[in-house]
Amino acid sequence: MIEFLKQPWPWYVAGPLIGLTVPALLIIGNKSFGISSSLRHVCASCMPANIPFFKYDWKKEVWNLFFVFGIFLGGAIAINLLSNPNPVEVNSKLATELAGYGITNFNNLVPEDIMNWQSLFTLKGFLMMIVGGFLVGFGTRYAGGCTSGHAIMGLSNLQWPSLIATISFMVGGFIMANLILPFILSL
Amino acid sequence: MQQNTDTEKDLRLRELDAMCVNESHLQHKWYHNLKYLVVGVLFGIVFVKAEVVSWFRIQEMFRLQSFHMYGIIGSAVVVGMISVFLIKKFNIKTIYGEPIKISPKTFNKGQIYGGLIFGFGWAITGACPGPLFAQIGTGATVIGITLLSAIAGTWVYGYLREKLPH
Repeated sequence: MIEFLKQPWPWYVAGPLIGLTVPALLIIGNKSFGISSSLRHVCASCMPANIPFFKYDWKKEVWNLFFVFGIFLGGAIAINLLSNPNPVEVNSKLATELAGYGITNFNNLVPEDIMNWQSLFTLKGFLMMIVGGFLVGFGTRYAGGCTSGHAIMGLSNLQWPSLIATISFMVGGFIMANLILPFILSL
Repeated sequence: MQQNTDTEKDLRLRELDAMCVNESHLQHKWYHNLKYLVVGVLFGIVFVKAEVVSWFRIQEMFRLQSFHMYGIIGSAVVVGMISVFLIKKFNIKTIYGEPIKISPKTFNKGQIYGGLIFGFGWAITGACPGPLFAQIGTGATVIGITLLSAIAGTWVYGYLREKLPH
């Protein structure tokens, strides 16, 4: 059983489990599944700076912070107790492309060759980690949600604005991955 | 009365983006929140074991080189849809007996502009907000900087909100 759990889980196991988070959160406390709002609650609790967008009672949303702290712990448990000993399997075309950028270490889920403390202070690392993170935080809030809030929760509730948001996420991702990221990776 | 107006204003503010509305009106001791921690832990384990938090998987997805992520998101949405349908159809209540309410989302142009910007960030970092937390858990400590930067991005959005087209 443990051996089975240590293998990477197939999509048809993981997808339905992720989908079940929606009714789980609704049933245990009337909470709509969403993760990016946790970033807003951090702003509201740590540095509201008199900005109306951050002036609300964040303590009512503290469940969301417990939830994301759980995701962090879950990551730690999965890697320490259920770790897959083999390198991450990568599509051979992608592996060839990435090798061209000097990315050959597939031992972790995060590409260590480009995302590490040393590279943080290079132009490439700055763009990948700091600018990338900024776009994630700015974009999700501007869109009113991320993959969980719009693509999963919103679509589950048949909300058409969420469909528009999800399509925009994908279009942005396709443009970046295929047209812009190659330039960043070759820096 | 003052209390009521405050609550109402608070709700309106939180409703500015639909993801921020907590529908429950019940007050609980803090440890009731541990339920969400447990759900988060299970969710984080699935994230890592299914490689949803893998930068490589996200690159494959945006290059149409693998069905994996489409299968995960697609089946998650189908299961979510069926669940929400059943909850509404049978009027299922929370464990505290409250009726379940889900706030609708209203359209604004932010979903397009913000969506595209988030898409750019998603393809670069290989992570949406949830996976960022899980990646740090897997020991990629430098992603803590990416998370701080995402918080900064959220803050700057809040700061510029009135000037941005919606």
